[in-house]
Amino acid sequence: MSQSFDEITAQLKRRHRKSARLKWVSMSALILAAAFLVVFISDMLIKGLPAFQQAQIQVEVTYSEQSQQMPPAAVNEDVRRLVSRGFLRTLPRAMKQNPELMGTTRMEWVLADSSVDQYLKGNHSGLKESQRTVVDKLAEQGRAELKFNTRFFTSGDSKMPELAGIAAAAMGTVMTMIVTMLVCFPIGVMTAIYLEEFATDNWLTQTIEININNLAAVPSILFGLLGLAIYINFFGVPRSTPIVGGLTLALMTLPVIIIATRTALRSVPDTIRQAAFGVGCSRWQVVRDHVLPVSLPGILTGSIIGLAQAMGETAPLIIIGMVAFIPDVSASFTDASTVMPAQIFTWAGEPDRAFVEKTAGGILVLLAVLISLNATAVWLRKKFERRW
Amino acid sequence: MPTNQIYLLFSGVLLALGLAAFFMARARASRLRENGMAMYAQPDQYAWFSVLTTAGPAVLVGALGAFVMLLIGAEIPTLYLLGASLVVATIGLLVGLMQVRPTFHARQAIEVVIRAVLATAAMVSIVTTLGILLSIVFEALRFFQMQSFWEFITGTTWAPGDSFLAAAGRADEGASAAQFGSVPLFAGTFIITLIAMLVAIPIGLLAAIYMAEFAPTRVRTLAKPVLEVLAGIPTVVYGFFAAITVAPVIVDVAGFFGLDASFNNALAPGIVMGIMIIPFISSLSDDVINAVPDSMRQGSLALGMTKAETITSVVLPAAIPGIISASLLAVSRALGETMIVVMAAGMRPNLTANPLEDMTTVTVRIVAALTGDQEFESAETLSAFALGLVLFVVTLTLNMVSVIMIRRFREKYRANDL
Amino acid sequence: MINEQIARAETGAPKQAHDSSPGQPVRVNEDANHDLSIRVRDLNLWYGKNQALKNVNIDIFQKNVTALIGPSGCGKSTFLRCLNRMNDLIKNVRIEGLVEMDGRDVNEAKMDEIALRRRVGMVFQKPNPFPKSIYENIAYAPRMHDLVSRKSDQDELVEQALRDAGLWNEVKDKLAEPGTSLSGGQQQRLCIARAIAVKPDVILMDEPTSALDPISTATIEDLMDKLKQQFTIVTVTHNMQQAARVADYTAFFHLGELIEYNDTRMMFSNPHTKKAEDYITGRYG
Repeated sequence: MSQSFDEITAQLKRRHRKSARLKWVSMSALILAAAFLVVFISDMLIKGLPAFQQAQIQVEVTYSEQSQQMPPAAVNEDVRRLVSRGFLRTLPRAMKQNPELMGTTRMEWVLADSSVDQYLKGNHSGLKESQRTVVDKLAEQGRAELKFNTRFFTSGDSKMPELAGIAAAAMGTVMTMIVTMLVCFPIGVMTAIYLEEFATDNWLTQTIEININNLAAVPSILFGLLGLAIYINFFGVPRSTPIVGGLTLALMTLPVIIIATRTALRSVPDTIRQAAFGVGCSRWQVVRDHVLPVSLPGILTGSIIGLAQAMGETAPLIIIGMVAFIPDVSASFTDASTVMPAQIFTWAGEPDRAFVEKTAGGILVLLAVLISLNATAVWLRKKFERRW
Repeated sequence: MPTNQIYLLFSGVLLALGLAAFFMARARASRLRENGMAMYAQPDQYAWFSVLTTAGPAVLVGALGAFVMLLIGAEIPTLYLLGASLVVATIGLLVGLMQVRPTFHARQAIEVVIRAVLATAAMVSIVTTLGILLSIVFEALRFFQMQSFWEFITGTTWAPGDSFLAAAGRADEGASAAQFGSVPLFAGTFIITLIAMLVAIPIGLLAAIYMAEFAPTRVRTLAKPVLEVLAGIPTVVYGFFAAITVAPVIVDVAGFFGLDASFNNALAPGIVMGIMIIPFISSLSDDVINAVPDSMRQGSLALGMTKAETITSVVLPAAIPGIISASLLAVSRALGETMIVVMAAGMRPNLTANPLEDMTTVTVRIVAALTGDQEFESAETLSAFALGLVLFVVTLTLNMVSVIMIRRFREKYRANDL
Repeated sequence: MINEQIARAETGAPKQAHDSSPGQPVRVNEDANHDLSIRVRDLNLWYGKNQALKNVNIDIFQKNVTALIGPSGCGKSTFLRCLNRMNDLIKNVRIEGLVEMDGRDVNEAKMDEIALRRRVGMVFQKPNPFPKSIYENIAYAPRMHDLVSRKSDQDELVEQALRDAGLWNEVKDKLAEPGTSLSGGQQQRLCIARAIAVKPDVILMDEPTSALDPISTATIEDLMDKLKQQFTIVTVTHNMQQAARVADYTAFFHLGELIEYNDTRMMFSNPHTKKAEDYITGRYG
């Protein structure tokens, strides 16, 4: 009546082939996703790594009355266009501060113009034929070199690519994140404690829960509209400042922290609570002394992930004006400021090609910070993971 | 005296009062206890209670005053306000000390206060949602007072160009009246979202299937963080990638086939947005597929089904509500995504179905309207809120539907667990 | 000879069920069918380093109900899952020994486990209908196996399977409803119908009634009695009364060993080993 194994096996060939096909197709999907990441990272590295180097040239700098009046006169005619105007601008002040410089002529390594930088990096540059020969000659003599670009990390934004750096944006990010975390960490943790440990299941609790889920899915740009309409227009918080940016991002990060904290609290087994209640602890004492300490790693992990998310956010900050041009590093909560992603956005919009590598360089720095934050979170979770 | 110093002084005095409350109450309670009285609570609890009665009302008075000033615009000199607050603090201190008696349940009182504080924190999320809703609705209403709602919903021309003139009372000088027909914006949003979903759903779902059903543990533990990295890349970075790397490639490829593509074509932001959403879909689908009870798979395998047949005819149908829910959330994300489209899509409202042309989206126009030099009262600025309102309603609806679906899915399989 | 075996059992020495043919039951039921279905020799199974089955030898006869009993964790379910290679799904499992069916070792490399499972169906502890309609729950596998080509054949097959499982009258008017809408006992009969629809030789049942109420249990027991006309049934049960009621042969497992394999009546009236007797009389379990 029934078929033998061999008969059945013969019929199965086609089905096995089909089964293998699904396996391969699904595996290629995963490989494709990973490949996207590889392409993306390598693209950023190729574009961004040159930003960490900057051309300098060795030229004769004449410190004289004339260059005090007209700084370009300090260097020879043939290299005048090759030296950064940003460097020339600093000459008069340098002479005022060091009077002994006056009247001397020295060979100095000075910052080159961005076009020289681009030319040495083999990119398209605006140099004329004659200027290229000069640069080639300087390079041959070892007087034009690519050196590590410290300025990229120490200075603020500039319209001259060779002067532009991420320091102002990095400081803005730090200030903004301080505000964000100061606001959303306590509120988030308290909300989670209330919902998990204190609240009874009634319509209010449910409303709050639905709200949190919705807030997590609201497009971030709408938080910008909220910041603009409520914080800036209604409460009069100064525009473009870390304080308004931080407050806006805090509301956006709140659901992340609440959800992470609730998960951490929920993973503490009820037996611990019952034991603590059993020895006469009040509800708050149970939470403070028994539940919070063991769930702290989970809460921290969630907060770090939330922080990383807030750190990469741009859209709401554009709306509240945090894309300002900030040439000086400022550590004030109430001064106009910009943040790393906003700086990236501004540079991406610069027409000068030299800003492409600045943008990618800024991206590399931002990604490095974000990935290390996330790695820390993963490490924390692994280290303190507890199986009950 | 400058304001900052006033605040500093205020904080210092309040802190001192709080400390005084703590130590005086504790000393008093300890003394009572040493006298052999049985008390309801520990000395420390009386101490904390006193701190609460001292600082709590004082801070409340300060906050209330500030709020009244803001809301009604009444001018209360800061000095008086803070002074009143300190008086309240002193009274609170005395009350707190009086309450150090054996019959007083200090612990329960603290518990009530803590509960109230926690509940207040929990209200912040509701206030935030209300804040978003009110801020958007309010400004959107002002927009619809200036512009017809019907025009906004059905009009096919978005040309806000001259609205700032109207706002300045010089409408008649403008060459043409501003038009706010949002259809091209929604069409652009829709097409870019569609492209993103065409990339993200198949790749994300298949990757999830591989990870959940085929992958050896080692591949799984490696692939998850890789996808998480993809999810953690800021959108502004994706935007740069789309504009600088992907768009030129698409123009070249299109050129190779003899097609003319714009550098702001819809394909580049769409594809890159799809890549961004892959990890979102794959991790949610992975969870859902893992939540399908193993007994389903075993039941199918025991009937002599192959693994692929089991997946396609049993596991996926069981997981479909969860997968749809994940996709809806992904759509909602794509609709609200801003940076990628701001950087890589066009600015020109363009009603077309050709993804090689440039088109613009709702979020692009919101950003454009709010970063220009217009006055806040201008119709163009306010149009951002009208667009935001639509975005809010649509994403909220998608999210609600998605939450309901995933809840049904969970309940179904928990119930089936017997 | 029986006396000798009893003596050996009472000293607690490991015992083979039969000297000449170790897989044979101690006493062969004279009324039953004696055609061999599955022959198991020296079967050992390890989960990692844990040995879960030790030297199991057993002959399973066609068109009989064979019950596997024993305390929980004794390896009876693990043994059952060796018969259709469901243990393949678990990581770190190592199997040694012979499981022979139709002259073939089911564990050999050439054996396609899909083909094996076509011929050895399985019903699980908890009813696990697919998230499909009642009709599709049954039609799904035969269609995949190309057992039916025309729609009418398929309808007929579904009806036949449901009739055989004693479910037809209860569900004939709601075939399009989801399988999960049925009661627990009906779901389990649906799973049995699903298994018999692919026309296997053997049906394995892993504690099929343990999640059911007494009335549903009785229905399924009656069904097993009917189904053994067509199929070889191997069932694991926790419930000794059930084994006594439905099984022709009963095998008693303890700590991964097959302690005694016997005609059911003999097993319950006059067990040959002390352990089986203790278990059956409720001294442990």
